[in-house]
Amino acid sequence: MLRHVTQRAIAGIAVVGGVVTLTFLLLHAAPGDPAERLLGPTATTEQLAAQRRALGLERSLPTQYATWLARAARGDWGISIATGRPVVAMFAGAWPATVRLVLLSLFFAYGLGLAVGAVQATHDGSRLDTALSITSVTLFALPGYWLGLMLVMVFTYWLRVLPAFGSAGFDSDFLTGWPRVADRLRHLALPLLTLTLIGVGGTARFVRGAMLDVLAAPFVTTARAKGLKPSHVIRRHVLRNALIPVVTLLGLSLPALFSGAVFVEAVFAWPGVGRVLVEAVQARDYPVVMAATTISAVLVVLGNLLADLLQGVVDPRIGTRQP
Amino acid sequence: MKRLLRDRRGQFGLLVLAAIVLAALAAPLVSSGDPDTQRDIVATRFLPPLAGDRHGVFHPLGTDRFGRDVWTRLVYGARVSLGVGFLAVLLSITIGTAVGAVAAYWRGAVGALLLAVTDFALALPRVVLLLLLAALWRPSAALVIIVLGVTGWMSVARLVHGEVRALAARPFAEGAVALGAGRGRVLWRHLLPNALTPVIVAAALGVGNAILLEAGLSYLGLGVQPPTPSWGTMIASGRDTLVNAPWVATAPGLALALVVVACTLLGDALRDALDPARAGRER
Repeated sequence: MLRHVTQRAIAGIAVVGGVVTLTFLLLHAAPGDPAERLLGPTATTEQLAAQRRALGLERSLPTQYATWLARAARGDWGISIATGRPVVAMFAGAWPATVRLVLLSLFFAYGLGLAVGAVQATHDGSRLDTALSITSVTLFALPGYWLGLMLVMVFTYWLRVLPAFGSAGFDSDFLTGWPRVADRLRHLALPLLTLTLIGVGGTARFVRGAMLDVLAAPFVTTARAKGLKPSHVIRRHVLRNALIPVVTLLGLSLPALFSGAVFVEAVFAWPGVGRVLVEAVQARDYPVVMAATTISAVLVVLGNLLADLLQGVVDPRIGTRQP
Repeated sequence: MKRLLRDRRGQFGLLVLAAIVLAALAAPLVSSGDPDTQRDIVATRFLPPLAGDRHGVFHPLGTDRFGRDVWTRLVYGARVSLGVGFLAVLLSITIGTAVGAVAAYWRGAVGALLLAVTDFALALPRVVLLLLLAALWRPSAALVIIVLGVTGWMSVARLVHGEVRALAARPFAEGAVALGAGRGRVLWRHLLPNALTPVIVAAALGVGNAILLEAGLSYLGLGVQPPTPSWGTMIASGRDTLVNAPWVATAPGLALALVVVACTLLGDALRDALDPARAGRER
């Protein structure tokens, strides 16, 4: 087991390293650089050259890369070219917001998805099943940013009950105790609802399929033939085995969920990694883009690793069987 | 094919897609002409759906803030969205099939390397890569196609790899080799045609996904650029007028959802139709 985890961790580090290198190369291969963005189209050649020297862009690529790596390893991620703030400070505030949003929506989406999928599989072919299928395929197909806009339209503009953007109100610094928590929750509601609704569709579809696969297996027939209660068969025999592919999906869906969060953060101006990334990419802010891709790669790799470990918990046979 | 047409999901998917493709192809005929037409902006902007303007032009879905007809832009936007989606998936399937087939049939160093590259690419955060590529070069429809294509081939490669490996061990493949057929010929004529079933299903599902991503990139301003109508840019422009003209953002979103639902259902139906073992069980 330990060896397996170590292997996966090494593979994960390799992936993160690859992403960082790839990002670095892409950034420098693309036309245009931050000096041009900073100084605008009226800058003279000398001004551009001076700015490039100030940013360290005139050195050779391997030197720049090695410098960046060495500094990053020491925890110095540089200074944002666009905002002038230290990159570390920008992300220190951003990553908890993203993780909070993603983990909560993951929890709700999988909880609801499991329930809906299980109900569908046990009522296979009924009207209820069809209705839920139509609902889940529709949710699955909705673009997150659009669903977000529609929810803003309904809850903010029509019903006037929930705020449309940000993670806290303007006055949140003056609030203490319950009002402060309530303010946070109200701001969390719409982004969380958006991400959850989109996640539920895919999860329910998948759970339904996985459970139907298990329901057709001979051991389920045996369990029923033994005279076990139907609810017991579903819970202990079917659901337990259907969880194995679902947990695999959980790991694989983390990148998708994170990307969903990028769009949803953009819609709701949620102060997370996704929004920082989008803004930095548009401003060609090298240090921030490098940091954002590194963080998202680490998040994705950690998610896959976690799913791997969870799989061993759900299916004890996996832990002993080396791939 | 017959089984696909008997399937209600297949019927729905085919019908919807056919209708939208037809509307997109016949865009000038089913709409009021140029999607970028701006007449008298002050008089014709933010007209609600089903309204006519002073020029006697009927706007079934209303107008946006420049007085442009939303229905017309929707129909022309379908050309962009569907075109980008189909071409991107075609590209990713071509790359994926080539990589998967070669990796499965030329085992050893080449195969191992290709598989390692696939696994690595599969672990990359796709949207981050998309954002990077789309933001760093000048945004355009062609760039979006390429970007979606080169970031979407990995799962197809995995599928094809598995299929080809399984097929290569079957007697008919050995028979072809015994008859003196070269490796390339066996792969091209005997193995690939039989391995394409799951690829077709993946393609149907992939088109929906690609269209969603294209719209997402365009929404962020990194894809198709205004004033060219694409569903993503339309949603983005409707975002600022949600309060007084909600129809501008609503219409393209609904169209997007409809296409993706159609692609997904068609993919599901195709999978069942092509794999008789599943067909009896699932509806």
